[in-house]
Amino acid sequence: MIMMSVPRFWRKQIARYNLVGTHCKQCDEYFYPPRNVCPSCRRGGEIEDFKFSGKGEIVTYTVIHTAAEGFEGMTPYVLGIVQLEEGPRLTSQIVGDAKDMYIGMKVKPVFRRLGQSGERGMIYYGTKFVPA
Amino acid sequence: MRDVAIIGVKNTKYGEQWERSFRDLVVEAGVGAVEDAGIAGEKIDSMFVGNMSGGQFVEQEHIGALIADYSGLAKNLHVPSTRVEAACASGGLALRHGICAVASGMDDIVIAAGVEKMTDVPSNKASSALAAAADREWEGIMGATFPGLYAMIARLHMHMYGTTSEQLASVAVKNHYNGQFNPIAQYRNKITIESVLNSIMVADPLHIFDCSPITDGASAVILAPADTAHEYTDTPIYVRGTGQASDTLALHDRRDITTLDASVMAGKRAFEMAKMGPEDIDLVEVHDCFTIAEICAIEDLGFAKKGEGGKVSLEGETAIGGRIPVNTSGGLKSCGHPVGATGIKQAVEIVEQLRGDAGKRQVDGAEIGMTHNVGGSGATAVVHILSRNR
Repeated sequence: MIMMSVPRFWRKQIARYNLVGTHCKQCDEYFYPPRNVCPSCRRGGEIEDFKFSGKGEIVTYTVIHTAAEGFEGMTPYVLGIVQLEEGPRLTSQIVGDAKDMYIGMKVKPVFRRLGQSGERGMIYYGTKFVPA
Repeated sequence: MRDVAIIGVKNTKYGEQWERSFRDLVVEAGVGAVEDAGIAGEKIDSMFVGNMSGGQFVEQEHIGALIADYSGLAKNLHVPSTRVEAACASGGLALRHGICAVASGMDDIVIAAGVEKMTDVPSNKASSALAAAADREWEGIMGATFPGLYAMIARLHMHMYGTTSEQLASVAVKNHYNGQFNPIAQYRNKITIESVLNSIMVADPLHIFDCSPITDGASAVILAPADTAHEYTDTPIYVRGTGQASDTLALHDRRDITTLDASVMAGKRAFEMAKMGPEDIDLVEVHDCFTIAEICAIEDLGFAKKGEGGKVSLEGETAIGGRIPVNTSGGLKSCGHPVGATGIKQAVEIVEQLRGDAGKRQVDGAEIGMTHNVGGSGATAVVHILSRNR
């Protein structure tokens, strides 16, 4: 886990806590993580905030045995790419037994502790997914 | 635009080199390449240095000036020196910038080098530094590791195309076989499919023997206008094509998670510039940071049909003596992967092969070779086509 400063985490807190991304009114494409410029329409796009339902399915996943720094206590943990029903894909941990996971599995969001900035640092919360 | 040639090359030893510093490594590579080209320092017009993260690995930035200084090119000659960064594609990108400088007519003699000193930090810190090549805010914060990202590519490739763990392992086995004949390689031992499959799981389905190692090393090449290259060497190797492309930083945003569109586009651009296709290439150095990455690379560059990269690897088509030899140097897996240096090392390997100097790993009659260097999980790709003939 990086030593993320309070403002760096705080400025995307709503997106991380509530799955708020963006939507381009011009081409009707949805973005999570949020984008301020639509890759298809660029300057012609019209971006607005959008709260996703969180319903989605696993596109692919892995079981991580050698953890990222700061995640050592969680191994083995499941990391997946989830496609939300509105279209965008995101990377998140999938909570549950790795043996139950499969590509195409339906998932729903849960509010969870993501990690901590060092032993005495800020605790990060955000969205993980569980089998729906 | 002028044609460009490579007139000198040098790799340091690749491996864990606790007795040697960042500066020691890059100076050895640079001076060695200058000696190989038989030029004097006064002839050098500029230098480009690929380095991913001196800041995280040795807490040193301002790498361009540092290297010019310790190469003896700063204090009296004041040679302009530029650091180039594109994660693990930094070396390939430094080469491309050097080629552009010579091709444009701005500079004549240019050094393109790459260096990474990765073992001065513990391995977990090195892994964390490498994770900065992915999207820190939306992948890293969720616990993503580089093996984890490539493992997700591998799992989907297996799901879509029936690729197997044995096919993945065959890439590592082949690269270790080649690496035993490369005197600079970090690992010069043969391994078997069983030993790969029995090695510890890092990120399912990737075992530790599916992963390239952490390495110290540096590499350098000297570039010159093709018109004057014969003044310096009897065996100039000509740059026939260069291509670079970008894609989304995060893996989850890709059009197709099992295809690196940046590799496809960089390859297409290099092939168009060279007026060639995959069938013209005699050998290729691809970016096998993980075994699945080599399988994707040979598909994305057109050396195997989509989905058949694993099959052709297991069947030996990518071995020396096969249809299209891949990673004769041992690749990142066996030769080692000092991230900023790798793209230059790939060019050094192709030059040695085209000169006929590759010893026991020589590809008979090699005339045209290709390099393919990837940054991150595929957000940058750089491809070069090199040839014995202009």
